[in-house]
Amino acid sequence: MSDFSLNEALWVLLLGSLLGFELIGKVPPTLHTPLMSGANAISGITLLAALALIGQAPSPPLQALGAVALGFALFNVIGGFLVTDRMLAMFRRRGGAA
Amino acid sequence: MNQLLLDLTAVLLLALGLRGLAKLRTARTANGLAALAIGLAVVGLLLNQGLAGWPWMLGGLALGGGIGVVLALRVPMTAMPETVALFNGCGGMASLLVALGVVGLPGPMGLLATVSVLASVVVGAITFSGSLVAMAKLQEWLDTPAWTQRQARHAVNITLAVACLVCCVVVVQGQLLGLAPLTLLALLLGIGLTLPIGGADMPVVISLLNSYSGVAAAAAGFVVGSALLIVAGAMVGAAGLILTQVMCTAMNRSLTSVLFGGALGASSAAAGGDKEAESYGRITSCSAEECAMALEQAERVVFVPGYGLAVAQAQHSLRELARLLEGHGVEVSYAIHPVAGRMPGHMNVLLAEADVPYDQLIEMDVINPEFPRTDVVIVLGANDVVNPQAKNDPTSPLFGMPVLEVDQARSVYVVKRGLGAGYAGIKNGLFELPQTAMVFGDAKAVINGLITELRGLGVGKKALATV
Repeated sequence: MSDFSLNEALWVLLLGSLLGFELIGKVPPTLHTPLMSGANAISGITLLAALALIGQAPSPPLQALGAVALGFALFNVIGGFLVTDRMLAMFRRRGGAA
Repeated sequence: MNQLLLDLTAVLLLALGLRGLAKLRTARTANGLAALAIGLAVVGLLLNQGLAGWPWMLGGLALGGGIGVVLALRVPMTAMPETVALFNGCGGMASLLVALGVVGLPGPMGLLATVSVLASVVVGAITFSGSLVAMAKLQEWLDTPAWTQRQARHAVNITLAVACLVCCVVVVQGQLLGLAPLTLLALLLGIGLTLPIGGADMPVVISLLNSYSGVAAAAAGFVVGSALLIVAGAMVGAAGLILTQVMCTAMNRSLTSVLFGGALGASSAAAGGDKEAESYGRITSCSAEECAMALEQAERVVFVPGYGLAVAQAQHSLRELARLLEGHGVEVSYAIHPVAGRMPGHMNVLLAEADVPYDQLIEMDVINPEFPRTDVVIVLGANDVVNPQAKNDPTSPLFGMPVLEVDQARSVYVVKRGLGAGYAGIKNGLFELPQTAMVFGDAKAVINGLITELRGLGVGKKALATV
């Protein structure tokens, strides 16, 4: 199913990891919880894989499996971003009041 | 070509988003950018592959997205750590299901595809069951069973891990049916690894599982051959690992002792609170009335909110008490330890929800020099973060952990349900100091009692007059 080689994929993996290490350097403790929640929402990007599965599935059972996977992933993505936004909205309101 | 452009934009936005989430000013915009990035990636994918199977896509969207929206908007802020755990577990489940689904697609699977599927299944399953256990523990649906504290748990987990490995070898050799036992074993392994860890260490575990779900997403990227998934998954995996390390440092714990050391203090908790109570010498206990009188005469009061406050949902009552005192001319502030609450930063979120002004939340390094000129400190459901032994008793397991130096204040009132130990299972020397008095009871009940007593002393009238 892969249309690119292991070689390239491993480079992408390595550089992506390095980027992740670099991006999160100094984080104020206040933001640890929202950051964890936001990063968690991003990990729901598996929804792309679920969509690909639905698109390529030849039969309803596999499509159904893809749909369930998509449901789980979307639950993670949508719920995660909304919850993070709710938390961060509080900081903004409070920051504005101060 | 369109897809490539959209994917590259998405990666850029995701990186900017993760970076922005680490700064207070930009965090909310950054969260939006990351969400936009995922949206762009979906558009790119659909442009490329078309809308075949769209009813199934809509179904998944309606179900998962719908429940996600409802839950996200309704869940109380106190339950945030367990909610993140639940979301996280579902992300792991998605990776697991996708990998199993790809096996069913027509066409031969190469070694790379097979190994990716295996990684996705194992990491996804561990993330799912581990996150659910973490959620159940935070919700207090699950205790730490005594058998999980024995050394035998390592044997159980190693056996499970070896069995997983055997299944993987079987699958690589072409027996795809091995995926069924593999999934089951990996789910069990997730439970076995998380169950022995104490509730207080759960934030670290959730952060680590968050990192795993990134790895699971990257593995799913290998499975379906998506560079975008690999990059995003790897970024989250690495970022989660760093955040886990930051949290461990703040709690003065090492990651290995969190993961394999069992629940700290679980043995003493099992032995019962009576033993703890016996080991305390001089304890002064006092009523809400006496505490209220001290507050009424104070010029400067510092509250130290902790996990117990959040559990009792007392932050709104606390805000009311603080308003009352401010109306009486008392200078009020809150001392925030970096790991107060159930997750670093959790207490800030909870107090922000109760409308506590930002400038009254003082970080540890700033407030510590202020304690000697503070009349009354009220410790609400915090324990280990105010333990003076972390500073002056080298034999204490907490030694070296930065603490709030409340023992420097003129008088300290500790609101607590009983003399049970904190998460570290360690006795707190603060309770025996002459300037300390214990006010036993549920944090919310005690605070409401204090408000009533203060009103009885005539404090409320003045405050009401100003409003």
